[in-house]
Amino acid sequence: MSNLISLAFAAFIVENIILTQFLGICPFLGVSKKRSSALGMGLAVVFVIILSSTITWVLYQYVLVTLNIEYLRTIIFILVIAALVQMVEIFLKKVSPALYKALGIYLPLITTNCAVLGVAIININNGYNFIEMLVYSTFISLGFLFVMYIFSMIREKLDFSPVPKAFKGTPIALVVAAILAMIFARFGGII
Amino acid sequence: MNQKENFFKGILKENPLFVSVLGMCPSLAVTTSLENAIGMSIAVFFVLVLSNFLVSLLMSSKKIRELVKPVRIPVYIVIIASLVTVVEMVMHAYVYPLYISLGVFIPLIVVNCIILGRAEAFASSNKPVDSVVDGMGMAAGYGLALMLIAFVREVLGKGTLTIWGSLQLDLHFIFDFLRITPLDMFSKPVGAFMTFGFLLATILAISNKRQAKLVEGGDKK
Repeated sequence: MSNLISLAFAAFIVENIILTQFLGICPFLGVSKKRSSALGMGLAVVFVIILSSTITWVLYQYVLVTLNIEYLRTIIFILVIAALVQMVEIFLKKVSPALYKALGIYLPLITTNCAVLGVAIININNGYNFIEMLVYSTFISLGFLFVMYIFSMIREKLDFSPVPKAFKGTPIALVVAAILAMIFARFGGII
Repeated sequence: MNQKENFFKGILKENPLFVSVLGMCPSLAVTTSLENAIGMSIAVFFVLVLSNFLVSLLMSSKKIRELVKPVRIPVYIVIIASLVTVVEMVMHAYVYPLYISLGVFIPLIVVNCIILGRAEAFASSNKPVDSVVDGMGMAAGYGLALMLIAFVREVLGKGTLTIWGSLQLDLHFIFDFLRITPLDMFSKPVGAFMTFGFLLATILAISNKRQAKLVEGGDKK
């Protein structure tokens, strides 16, 4: 149990997916200009990561390993993710139009979000069992949501600050991300 | 546009990393040493050139183009993923240390926006030869940008410069001469964000200045 708690904490803060593993940088910089859109993107990513990690893990352990075709992992995973995102989109549209309205525009962007494929591959590479995989993907995606939200709040404030002309836009966002990364890395001492 | 222009636009005018800001994730993660950046550049070069070639070959037949159009993105992804699998297996077999240190970022070339972006924006509507040249230029531009970031980070962070395997330059004498030590921060994630931010700002400053000069020159005329 304590093992799982430390795994969850590491996934959430210390090995934060954005700030230390550099996965999902594109949405981190691209959709973080407004708080509402950061929240929407973050929630959509949490949803898709948990779902896709579970499906790819089961598929890998029970189909690819049994058939001895582990080398097809990359192709199969990306196809599963692409199909899954499409299905989630259709499903949400039908079942919950309100949720679809909130997350809908972010869903197509997720297929090429490297965080989703990255987490699916990391789960396999680290040899997690089913429970560990579930805990890891849940907390790593919550970490994504958390950092996205913090970062979007900072960026909303940043719009009113006098920034040197050359730093406007992406460069200053990267410098802010560096300071955030510094803070998050310091939590490493706890474990 | 001739081939030379086609090639060089990827390096300067449309540099994928510094101008279009595509493919950020590997550029931050694998640039801890120059060797990693070189390895990543070679992998991306191979995948980008071949995927551009295959996509444009596929799309050059009118019949197939009509057939494939509604599902073209999944088709591109399958082509790219197959190439990435080949690269992954080759690296696993021949350059194992590099395979370990690049880790998850080799399979993640699949979702690198540059490759899918070039397939959709250029290769699908151009001739195979042009597409190959375009792919080479883009990959070279991306690779050079990666190496620039890795150069800054490795020199400032570790005081060394690893070119390939044991071929390593020790630059500690410069640090000793200046009586400073390399700053470990630069090989950490903090340094990645910081270096990229400052390099991007420098490049924006230069291009702003050049644009201002161009406008001034235009006024004089």
